[in-house]
Amino acid sequence: MGDIQLKKSGQVHEVVVIGSGAGGGMTAYTLAKAGVKVLMLEAGPFFDPAKDSKQLQWPYQSPRRGGNATRPMGDFDAAYGGWEIEGEPYTQKGNTKFDWFRAKMLGGRTNHWGRISLRMGPKDFKCRTSYGVGDDWPITYDEIKPYYDKVDQLIGIYGSNEGLENDPDGIFLPPPAPRLGELFIKKAATGLGIKVIPGRGSVLTAPLPGNKDRQQCFYCGQCNRTCKVYGDFSSSSCLVIPAIKTGNLTVLTNAVVREIITDNNGMATGVSYVSKDDMQEYVVNAKAVVLAAGTCESARILLNSKTAQHVNGLTNSSGVVGKYLHDSTQTGGAVILPQLLNRPRFNEDGVGSLHVYAPWWADKQKLDFPRGYHLEIFGGMMMPAYGGYFGFEGSIVPLINGYLPDAAGKMKPGGGFGKSLKDDYRRFYGTFAGVGCHGTDVAKETNYCEIDNSVVDKYGIPVLRFNYAWGSDEIKQAKHMTETVGAIIKSLNAIPLIPPAGPENNWGLSNPGKGIHEVGTVRMGDDPKKSALNKWGQAHDCKNLFVTDGSMFVQQSEKNPTWTILALSMRTAEYILDQKQKQNI
Amino acid sequence: MNRRESLKAISLATAAGVLLDACKPSGETKTAEAASAAEAGRQPFEAARDKALAEQKFFDAHEMATIAVLVDLIIPRDERSGSATDAKVPEFIEFIVKDEPEHQLPMRGGLRWLDVKCLNLYNNDFKSCNPQQQEEILSAIAYPAIAKPGMQAGVAFFNKMRDLTAIGFFTSKMGIEDLGYKGNTPNVWRGVPAEVLKQYGLENV
Repeated sequence: MGDIQLKKSGQVHEVVVIGSGAGGGMTAYTLAKAGVKVLMLEAGPFFDPAKDSKQLQWPYQSPRRGGNATRPMGDFDAAYGGWEIEGEPYTQKGNTKFDWFRAKMLGGRTNHWGRISLRMGPKDFKCRTSYGVGDDWPITYDEIKPYYDKVDQLIGIYGSNEGLENDPDGIFLPPPAPRLGELFIKKAATGLGIKVIPGRGSVLTAPLPGNKDRQQCFYCGQCNRTCKVYGDFSSSSCLVIPAIKTGNLTVLTNAVVREIITDNNGMATGVSYVSKDDMQEYVVNAKAVVLAAGTCESARILLNSKTAQHVNGLTNSSGVVGKYLHDSTQTGGAVILPQLLNRPRFNEDGVGSLHVYAPWWADKQKLDFPRGYHLEIFGGMMMPAYGGYFGFEGSIVPLINGYLPDAAGKMKPGGGFGKSLKDDYRRFYGTFAGVGCHGTDVAKETNYCEIDNSVVDKYGIPVLRFNYAWGSDEIKQAKHMTETVGAIIKSLNAIPLIPPAGPENNWGLSNPGKGIHEVGTVRMGDDPKKSALNKWGQAHDCKNLFVTDGSMFVQQSEKNPTWTILALSMRTAEYILDQKQKQNI
Repeated sequence: MNRRESLKAISLATAAGVLLDACKPSGETKTAEAASAAEAGRQPFEAARDKALAEQKFFDAHEMATIAVLVDLIIPRDERSGSATDAKVPEFIEFIVKDEPEHQLPMRGGLRWLDVKCLNLYNNDFKSCNPQQQEEILSAIAYPAIAKPGMQAGVAFFNKMRDLTAIGFFTSKMGIEDLGYKGNTPNVWRGVPAEVLKQYGLENV
């Protein structure tokens, strides 16, 4: 190791934004567009989908054919990072198995997400009032609706207006038509009384009015690789890079934030970080700081920013920072549709987001659990590849070809080799379909991340330790998911590819964190004794500190959180502009 | 936008990226950005890892020769496409066992199990057996539900061998064409063709 220096600059930035994902990107974009000089700190390298995307590469252009050796969602997936990052560990308390996905790059996890863009509804913002569990947000749907509208128009989203009570309509581009396998599942679900509607995704299925920098989607179905023509939403392509073009945003990449610096009055004065480029320590000064490093990383930075004024960590006099961590519940089922053996071939790539889904349909039914979940339906002729979520689709063929007659109409034992097996791979291709169930976890004080003072990462920063257990309501919800998926599979006469689910494995619930929808660690609220932020995302204990990522959530819903993060961060940025104008910060 | 315009947009966007790079002051080209155009979007550790793996050798000549015989028995040439060796499946298997080292022991041990079994049954290693003998031993390990208890080690090996062979073949250019995959190209998605909807009675879904 070379000599370490602490480098301080005399310059005072108007606003320093920590993180470049959905929250940081939107905050920086809104401020830069309004003429505020912003400095953004990003822990990973620069990433521009126009030149860094692996879009339209074939599996054989990867030596591992798209395998998962260095990227957990496959060699072409855009995320730099994953569930484990060398030199940046996290630890678990007791029996906790929390999985933490981190993407260290410009745009963060928005580069590879599913672009599923759902508004939370009026009842979701008032969880306690509506469902008798969890807490109410300090804001209503009506207050946030104008920002959802503006996000729809700024970013672009497809969908259909349905007039549903708790799944609000939006300003939509036309939705993509379903794929063949998806139509089968839609038909089966509809037959069970489940309303299936077009998906809602941030993909440009039509030109985005007023935007000349982004092209329309050309339907390769590869949104997780990022889009070279910016046809879908990534924070990098749609927010940060346009903000840089205003001349008002400077991005420092490979800058790993250590802590937020405060003065004797407890106000934020700047941010300290270590640069991965030269491994030197830096401090930048700021009149205001926006924290948007991601739900868990933001909690970590606050908890590591301890001073005499902020003994529990920054803006944590309430003690809630790190607590109320909650991720979506998640189960699902995949099937082979025997109806589709030897199916016709055509280009069925579609969009790399959701074609059809079922919003929560049983809100009015009497059930033994509160809240609910939605169904994400998928199925089609995917590009043959190894890696990703499903691996090689054909891997299941030798496991199931013994259950159906072969091409000549004869039954044969499963497995095999030679020409008959080769033909089976062809016959089964494109028969794979499935349903993902994604539901609400009610936020609990007892589910949290905290600093593990006995472990540091390679930069010497103390790491997070997780404590998380699903509650009985979530487990009952998962049982309902299992029954729903089972009923769909049964009515399809499909071959199920799901492991058995029962009480012994929480009805197939994934580990917490696996949904990659974790939120809630720096919750907002009107009462400073019970929350870290006010309803504008401003720290109760530090008026020139704002938090604009998923950590500010009071209570998630079964809707994926990104669209809400974008709306809330735009709203906070406008509040910062207002407060600057009034010279309050 | 039609398909041609989409294609144009891609090449323009790519070209713009290259131009922007060339215009950047030298101080800005650091870390991942310094990676060559071929390595765009790859992290430096990934490129270094691929290079290191390509330079290593796992299987010896006898093992590679045995793998070549096995993969072509699993996926032979037929009227629609070539064989697994035509699609360079052995080369893929050599790479993937280095990339995912959990395959190494089951593959090496399994190949050895197969040779010793054949030595005992036919007085030859597997690749030197005649086609009938090869067919016979594979038939004893290729059908998990009816395989004899003494063959279970061979079944486990063959499951893996068959899976890696199919992955290697059907992710090659030849294999993708064989399956009839039509995508990975700019187009306009208008939904399932009307005649297909009719075929499956899904017109009104």
